[in-house]
Amino acid sequence: MNDVLLRTLTPEVLAVLVRRGADFAAAEDAVQEALIEAVRVWPDDPPREPKGWLVTVAWRRFLDMARADAARRRREDVAEEEPLPGPASGVDDTLQLYFLCAHPSLTPSSAVALTLRAVGGLTTRQIAEAYLVPEATMAQRISRAKRTVSGVRFDQPGDVATVLRVLYLVFNEGYSGDVDLAAEAVRLTRQLAAAIDHPEVAGLLALMLLHHARRAARTAPDGSLVPLAEQDRSRWDTTSIAEGVEILQAALARDRLGEFQAQAAIAALHADAPTAAETDWVQILEWYDELARLTGNPIVRLNRAVAVGEADGPRAGLAALAGLDDSLPRHTAVAAWLHERDGDLPTAARLYADAARKAPNLAERDHLTRQAARLNTHLRPDEA
Amino acid sequence: MAKYLLLKHYRGAPAPVNDVSMDKWTPEEVSAHMQYMRDFSAQLEKTGEWVDGQALAPTGMWVRYDGEDRPPVTDGPFAETKDLIAGWMIIDVDSENRAIELAGELSAAPGAGGRPIHEWLEVRPFLTGPPTITE
Repeated sequence: MNDVLLRTLTPEVLAVLVRRGADFAAAEDAVQEALIEAVRVWPDDPPREPKGWLVTVAWRRFLDMARADAARRRREDVAEEEPLPGPASGVDDTLQLYFLCAHPSLTPSSAVALTLRAVGGLTTRQIAEAYLVPEATMAQRISRAKRTVSGVRFDQPGDVATVLRVLYLVFNEGYSGDVDLAAEAVRLTRQLAAAIDHPEVAGLLALMLLHHARRAARTAPDGSLVPLAEQDRSRWDTTSIAEGVEILQAALARDRLGEFQAQAAIAALHADAPTAAETDWVQILEWYDELARLTGNPIVRLNRAVAVGEADGPRAGLAALAGLDDSLPRHTAVAAWLHERDGDLPTAARLYADAARKAPNLAERDHLTRQAARLNTHLRPDEA
Repeated sequence: MAKYLLLKHYRGAPAPVNDVSMDKWTPEEVSAHMQYMRDFSAQLEKTGEWVDGQALAPTGMWVRYDGEDRPPVTDGPFAETKDLIAGWMIIDVDSENRAIELAGELSAAPGAGGRPIHEWLEVRPFLTGPPTITE
């Protein structure tokens, strides 16, 4: 039995329970138990109607829990009333669950955890392992998140932008432990795109697919980072790229540009270049200008300086960099790279070493350290 | 969603405001301090921010490789001047500000006279995995 197929049903089943009058937190627990039961029972005894099976088991679990909890006596009375059959299509309800789990009253880490459990159908243990925290901590984070949103009305329309930020966070965290978070983010965004017609949802899905396509080429066998320009492009997943480009083109045609579409456009231009040298930096630069206009984000202006360096030469890149706050993450790394291209190797070597000290992650630090070491080896007078 | 290490030092940190070593406190003050630390950890677990916490013995030594077929060389116990780590707590929080806020709370643990120690804690971010999206 396919675990992902099973988890795809999670939000629909949860929505049915909530529609029948179960409160969100208890319904969510009941659905989790039904999923565990399905994993146990289905391999030997597959149901004809998987969703119906899950609804029945989850609803029974919900009633059991409500009975067991004396404090929930009143709610039990509500639940004992014969429920109306749930709506056949769960599309709108699924959308409501995304809104609820990404509710602005939640902190980013709570919204991520709740989304992965209630919409993604992951267990607390899987989420805890993915984020390298104890299971007990993750359980508390999730139950707190559920309490936080307990007063939110289920049928209240939410803000798509908050949902997209949560999914972006899940994707960008990448991969650790048994759960492939990037793949999970793609799956959840794909499911969201099926539930709502919105160019930025399409834009984010395209962005994810285009980056996901490069995954195999991003790391060397020893785990070190391979920068875009040095990646073996034959290892890029062309199916994923084609799908990303198609989704992006359809979104752009609607003329409601947003930051995810612009980011996806940049990723698509990279994907389109047969070799790094053939990259259309002029067009990429135009998209960075668009992105800077849309977001005003200083990190975008930093990435733009890289594009300027490629399109108009390192001097122009350094000039673009000059106006930016040098405390921005990766500012020093960009400066090092531009100085190297400009032929100033001693400055570049010093800046690479400095950038390595400031790097926020291990792979980047190691990569920058190697860059500094590479230049310093060239610069050292022959010791032989 | 970032992990931080809160480091507590036996020696080597700047002097705290309430600078009286623990052996000069009353037994009740020692108990109150320990209770504060336990409550702090329990609270962090409830907020879903707790990862790990350990205390270290002040004793220990330096160890290094001394070549093939030779036992490692040891040197110790530590000299009095050495910066000495007493223990750590690892937290998983949404922002650097939250890490600072929690370290501030931990530093308010009661000491002599039941007054906050105002101990200096070292706050160190973990290096993370690489983000998926880099350009």
